[in-house]
Amino acid sequence: MTAHRTRAATAPGRTPTSLTQGTQDGLTKGGIGESTLRPDGILKVTGEFAYSSDLWHEDMLWGYTLRSTVAHARIASIDTAEALATSGVYAVLTYDDLPTEVKHYGLEIRDTPVLAHGKVRHHGEPVALVAADHPETARRAAAKIRVVYEELPIVTDEASATGPDAVLVHEHRDDHHSGHVPHPNIVHRQPIVRGDAAAAAARADVIVTGDYVFGMQDQAFLGPESGLAVPAEDGGVDLYVATQWLHSDLRQIAPVLGLPEKKVRMTLSGVGGAFGGREDLSMQIHGCLLALRTGKPVKIVYNRFESFFGHVHRHPARLHYEHGATRDGRLTHVKCRIVLDGGAYASASPAVVGNAASLSIGPYVVEDVDIEAVALYTNNPPCGAMRGFGAVQACFAYEAQMDKVAAELGLDPVEFRQINAMEQGTVMPTGQVVDSPAPVAELLRRVKSRPLPPERQWETTEGADVRALPGGLSNTTHGEGVVRGVGYAVGIKNVGFSEGFDDYSTARVRMEVINGEPVATVHTAMAEVGQGGVTVHAQIARSELGVTQVTIQPADTQVGSAGSTSASRQTYMTGGAVKNTCEAVREKVLDIGRRKFGTYHPAWATAELLLEAGKVVTDGGEALADLADVLEGEAVELELEFRHRPTQAFDLRTGQGNGHVQYSFAAHRAVVEVDTELGLVKVVELACAQDVGKALNPLSVVGQIQGGTTQGLGVAVMEEIIVDPVTAKVRNPSFTDYLIPTILDTPTIPVDVLELADEHAPYGLRGIGEAPTLSSTPAVLAAIRQATGLELNRTPVRPEHLTGS
Amino acid sequence: MRVTFTVNGRRQEADDVWEGESLLYVLRERMGLPGSKNACEQGECGSCTVRLDGVPVCSCLVAAGQAEGREVVTVEGLAGEDGRLSTVQQAFVDAGAVQCGFCTPGLLVAADELLERNPEPTDGDIREALSGNLCRCTGYEKILDAVRLAAARTGEAV
Ligand code: FES
Ligand code: FES
Repeated sequence: MTAHRTRAATAPGRTPTSLTQGTQDGLTKGGIGESTLRPDGILKVTGEFAYSSDLWHEDMLWGYTLRSTVAHARIASIDTAEALATSGVYAVLTYDDLPTEVKHYGLEIRDTPVLAHGKVRHHGEPVALVAADHPETARRAAAKIRVVYEELPIVTDEASATGPDAVLVHEHRDDHHSGHVPHPNIVHRQPIVRGDAAAAAARADVIVTGDYVFGMQDQAFLGPESGLAVPAEDGGVDLYVATQWLHSDLRQIAPVLGLPEKKVRMTLSGVGGAFGGREDLSMQIHGCLLALRTGKPVKIVYNRFESFFGHVHRHPARLHYEHGATRDGRLTHVKCRIVLDGGAYASASPAVVGNAASLSIGPYVVEDVDIEAVALYTNNPPCGAMRGFGAVQACFAYEAQMDKVAAELGLDPVEFRQINAMEQGTVMPTGQVVDSPAPVAELLRRVKSRPLPPERQWETTEGADVRALPGGLSNTTHGEGVVRGVGYAVGIKNVGFSEGFDDYSTARVRMEVINGEPVATVHTAMAEVGQGGVTVHAQIARSELGVTQVTIQPADTQVGSAGSTSASRQTYMTGGAVKNTCEAVREKVLDIGRRKFGTYHPAWATAELLLEAGKVVTDGGEALADLADVLEGEAVELELEFRHRPTQAFDLRTGQGNGHVQYSFAAHRAVVEVDTELGLVKVVELACAQDVGKALNPLSVVGQIQGGTTQGLGVAVMEEIIVDPVTAKVRNPSFTDYLIPTILDTPTIPVDVLELADEHAPYGLRGIGEAPTLSSTPAVLAAIRQATGLELNRTPVRPEHLTGS
Repeated sequence: MRVTFTVNGRRQEADDVWEGESLLYVLRERMGLPGSKNACEQGECGSCTVRLDGVPVCSCLVAAGQAEGREVVTVEGLAGEDGRLSTVQQAFVDAGAVQCGFCTPGLLVAADELLERNPEPTDGDIREALSGNLCRCTGYEKILDAVRLAAARTGEAV
């Protein structure tokens, strides 16, 4: 294949552009609380939005990553000669080509090699890089690299990883968790002990135990990992990439390249979804290395097969629970042990352990607990951040337990949950007092009181509509053997970065007059991954500054860190930063106003002043001046950091500590129909009620809740990465074999939004992105259990689990 | 090889195309039309949906040479000459059917074809027509809203 250095003359450079709103139509002008439409919506429906895989540069090369074909092996040799000699190939890089002493990266623990050195620890680990003038040339050259592997024994679960002769995944650990873990193949361990669970167990009338298994879920964002690295004249590099946190990437990239951070200029490109899967680096360092080596722009785009190896997954887990309760339905105690498989590298495992432990009993009042969560190092694929991490796995298990205990007591499962529901003032197992609304019982009441969807909806005058039946278009039943079930679940998720992390965000806001109109410009490094932060930032600027026209600048590293678009934190944190900076800008604008016009009206000195509809007004509504006049000849610009209340680390022995910033709650009711003969499930309705504190953009809030709900549905009935237990190789890295819900698999998702303000948060809002992903899965499972009478202790449920064959 | 076909009413040509290149690749990388997306490149997600002589196809599964002499319509061809959004495009924006937007181009082409064929689709019809298009962000509810809205607006306009 031949290189193509030029293409149609109309081809744009495809770099991210500013988003300006509020100039023409009436729809895009809203302040907070309005369903303002996305500023990038038009670019996205016309196909013009520049995703990271759409980038293009004159004279660019294509990068490709050679990955290990085995899970655990010593690398005896790597021969790149033939690949390098291939026509069209510009560079082939291995570990030996790394330019500095820093050859590893990682979010918290720098244990991940940029390229494998002497050893590979999981299937699909990057071993070598190729740059060529056509992607197929790069792929074919990579296939000519000869790597000789000498396979090593693998560890794949707790028994093999911590057994007497277990091979160590990392032989010389010196990270900050290595001192307190009971075994080097345990990344982190967090116990939580409060009260006296053994004594409380003696008071219990019933004790229920259960063992649960949660499968490995993939984020399956649609936009593949991709980016473009362009070498710069100053010896640095410009990197356009899809990520969740530009500054965290930068901190990991620059030392490997041997460049100061200011010479690695990162700009966020269009991001096709993230869900945690872009929190770790993928092609970032690789693309930069190839660009700096060849002196040419290098683009890397993973295909779907590679994407399954290119990012971490949700931790699969094994969970053991014991719940006790008295006859009157009060929980006496909970004991649990949660074992998360972190795979070969640490990624976000320590934080996942902290969440799993601290949220392990759910949104219930239990004074006596004995909790332990651990994450393992194994030779399975690395696992890390995915929407709701740690809390998702726990919720699946504790909600199954709640149903079991209710059944044992002969109580209605919703009523039993309501008896034990936490509320404002409840003390968490960590000792933290929940000091904002926690309407757990009310959320359950709301989903329960919703009318049930009519039975036998598939019946039409022309016979059965198979699209509404289990099996769908496969036409496997016309209603015979189909049974309905209804299930409930509720969950609790922390919002923001916990355990004493210094979590902050930065916003730069400029206000000036352009063409006689006051205009605000907002610049942050927030990664817009689809959630709609760019919409909300403009809404906040309008509400705080009284302007209509707002420009959102592309996110880049020329402004301070915004922190990660994860942990449901961005509206709270970067929304909070924009609000905070806007307030400071407003004060400056008012100072200018006082200086210019203060003598004309006493209210400039005495009244509370606001900016509204392009004017300075008193709190009584009297207009004092046009903003355009105040700002004439002046511009105000500020960049400020915003922090949430500080949190504390969890004590390593007792788990006590005010570890979380805020809690978020959602409840689901699932209605399913199951073809019991074939084991096929149709989810008929998945209703959600969630407290959002304050809906800054109700349309986006509902969209987030529906999207999160659907990901929870996926892991209930279909989504699982299958790892071969003998070889630790991934068996289904494709959308043919890893299924995510289609529009036919997804039911109607009615959403009930509650707004109980959290007085500690900007506008009273509550982070919302993750909570709906928690309770969706156990609600579906509970409904399937009710329909079938089966115990179903693992998720996802597959047909063979329902038919017993 | 050289391939020549019509894209959105304009004749387009690409030289030095390797026979293994898909229609999707040629559109995106050689013709400067990256609106059609590449979420799987294995025929499973619908993000690359275009119309080939009017029929929706996964352009990642069509060899570029197979498009020779034929008519291709991509997402870039949906808006009017004056840049006015088509009814379906506008409905996707208005209904909140776009989050990350990576699925959007393929869904728009598929929904546009559905409404052309069936101006008053039932929910079952919409679900069936869009069942080959994955979306990971929205849970599909707002996509259904968008198609219903587009159908209603088209109905009003007639
Ligand atoms: S990219 Fe063609 S179907 Fe997924
Ligand atoms: S909006 Fe992101 S995949 Fe559909």
